Amino acid sequence: MHDVNPEALSSPWSGGALPFATGSKKLGMWLFIASDTLTFTALLVAYTYSRLSNPDWPRPFPFSPSILYSTVMTIVLLASSLTMVMGVRAGARGDRRAVVKWIMATMLGGLLFVGLHMREWLHLIDEGLRPGSNPWGGSPLFGAVFFGITGLHMTHVLIGVIYLGIIAIGTGRGKFTAEDIEVSGLYWHFVDLVWMFVFPLVYLMSVQYTK
Amino acid sequence: MSDHIEGANAHPEIPAKTFAWVWICLVLITGIEVYLAYIELEPTLMLGILLGLSLIKAALIMAWFMHLKYEKRSLTLAIVPSILFCIGMMTVYILWDAVRLARMRAL
Repeated sequence: MHDVNPEALSSPWSGGALPFATGSKKLGMWLFIASDTLTFTALLVAYTYSRLSNPDWPRPFPFSPSILYSTVMTIVLLASSLTMVMGVRAGARGDRRAVVKWIMATMLGGLLFVGLHMREWLHLIDEGLRPGSNPWGGSPLFGAVFFGITGLHMTHVLIGVIYLGIIAIGTGRGKFTAEDIEVSGLYWHFVDLVWMFVFPLVYLMSVQYTK
Repeated sequence: MSDHIEGANAHPEIPAKTFAWVWICLVLITGIEVYLAYIELEPTLMLGILLGLSLIKAALIMAWFMHLKYEKRSLTLAIVPSILFCIGMMTVYILWDAVRLARMRAL
């Protein structure tokens, strides 16, 4: 052990080892989440400006299948957050088998989300939606922001599934600590949190009214 | 000892029921949002309501799912206000002009 002034350790603001009483991995993940929040905020703010200021913004989403599917996707992602919480709890208890089981359930939720989302993407691409144009007329920006925002989110989900896979395998082999599991949970909940803004802004603001 | 995880019991156990309730609230708010999307409100008003509800959802997720409620207060104070400030700065740059243009169309 290094020779540390005990005063410094007892007072976090005088340079104690753990200023926020969390491990450095957890603090690091929180700082990443803060910066990634701003990335998504910038995209969503730019989108919101286009959405409100374009008089002919397309409303291409019928209740079935688009809104129905995206609502199911939202509930699936929320459910996967619940299973992740159960995994983190099992980790805090020290129950390795339960951690692997709950994380696998979370990954399944993530994959189901991506599957449903890809189906939606292919459906829209089939209809003729492209990043620079859309088949319904109105602002050509719709495709750019739809593919841009939901695509970046889907990338986060896929990275999350891979990340959780590594954590599940490692935990099964006894490699990771309870903190490692909790940190992967933070990332997963953040991906869920971002969707809570993407879903109303991109989908619900563009529902097709049946007249 | 084969099932032991290093660093276990770092937190006091939070009952699973608490998380289930948070989840139910999140699903209910999602349902309200989908319903609201279909009662043809003015876009700026609808946006305001949807964002308000989404902020509540975000707060629920951060407080319970992300354990922020159970962390040291200084972590929340270091992360949340700075993010809100930056989001506010970005919003200020577009908000009034976006609302003005949306209202112009409504006339």
